[in-house]
Amino acid sequence: MKKLVSHCTAFVTLAMLTLPIGAAHADQDDSLYRALGGEQGIQQLVEDLLFNVADDRRIRHHFVDIDIVRLHEKLSEQICELAGGPCEYTGDDMIKSHTGMGVTRADFNALVEALQLAMDDHQISISAQNRLLALLAPMHGEIVNR
Amino acid sequence: MKSIGLMVVGLLASSLMMDAEAAEGRLLGTGGATTIEGAAGGGLVPWAVISGYSEDDERGGTVALTRAQVDDYRLDVTAASFSYQNRLEISVASQMFNLENLGAELRQQVFGVKYRIAGDLIYTSMPQLSVGALYKRNTRYDIPELVGSQRDNDWEAYLAASKVWLAGPFDRTWLANVTVRATRANQFGLLGFGGDRGDSHEITVEAATGVFLHRSLAIGIEYRQKPDNLSFAKEEDAMSAFVAWFPSKRVALVGAFLDLGSIAGAANQTGYYLSLQASF
Repeated sequence: MKKLVSHCTAFVTLAMLTLPIGAAHADQDDSLYRALGGEQGIQQLVEDLLFNVADDRRIRHHFVDIDIVRLHEKLSEQICELAGGPCEYTGDDMIKSHTGMGVTRADFNALVEALQLAMDDHQISISAQNRLLALLAPMHGEIVNR
Repeated sequence: MKSIGLMVVGLLASSLMMDAEAAEGRLLGTGGATTIEGAAGGGLVPWAVISGYSEDDERGGTVALTRAQVDDYRLDVTAASFSYQNRLEISVASQMFNLENLGAELRQQVFGVKYRIAGDLIYTSMPQLSVGALYKRNTRYDIPELVGSQRDNDWEAYLAASKVWLAGPFDRTWLANVTVRATRANQFGLLGFGGDRGDSHEITVEAATGVFLHRSLAIGIEYRQKPDNLSFAKEEDAMSAFVAWFPSKRVALVGAFLDLGSIAGAANQTGYYLSLQASF
């Protein structure tokens, strides 16, 4: 009996701890996250984005001396979180991570094009593409000319 | 003949630029199309966008051929533009307006400059704002003078605001543009400037809105207020409904339905509009 009560208490405590989070997740719109193929889809998308960047003579010089595995991880987290997925972005803020890089306006647009091509290759709908771009576009001011 | 010369100059300039490197720092479609007056925009309305795809320290530009065919008239335009840094645009257009029933024609040259003063079409919450000026000159003035035009050349100034919403209604990318212009042109200036019913610059309002069905395909409408200065014939506002296709950053093709209202006494002038633009 005692054991059962403690089990129940543990369950209730666990439920109280997890429920608000679960409820928050249920409230949160994760339709974009799902449209991008979930966590795995996003990781593949970011991988293709980085391949496109490596092929792009306009911007690949920005990526030669960086830890590409870490970038892949952080960028995937960031897109997952922005899209309403169950991820937490653990990287630096945009200003810090781009200071000293000298990203130009044209560079930013080239990255957008690399993402668009990757999204095309993953057959992501135009609606989902537009929604993701609209979430990323406001970062322009934090990234360009730092 | 003049328009052919202009075209040659444009093509020469574009081949020189292509040797250097074509401007490609901006996203597809963000240079708009070429208006009948040579400035970047839709077809009838100059927008706040800067022509071509130049960004940062790039130079770019466009050449365009346009035909507007309505019931009793045909307008042919050859235009070219140069752009620098997504900041400055210089344009020139040569217009030939054929009065098919009279077997006569009107000719006008338009020189334009546009400067982006604030904002960014896509990336700022405020719209992109540009100021522009057009200098227009009739190179044949017999008919405009006959119908009461006061002068054969004049300037216009405009302020344009353009904004894009990447994921607007229906999660599609939308564009809106409003332009206010100071003008006393009769029928875009083709029938001269000023008249017996008005001989000072007045403020006209022009607007455009469109939606990208896909990154390379947009549809939209434009509306342009016009002065009504000549008592010999009533002048009405113009509108169009367009489809714009951007197969690449090098080429744009615009087709439209046009309603130019009454022109020189001929009512309900509707028809089609076609414009081919090359960017470099």
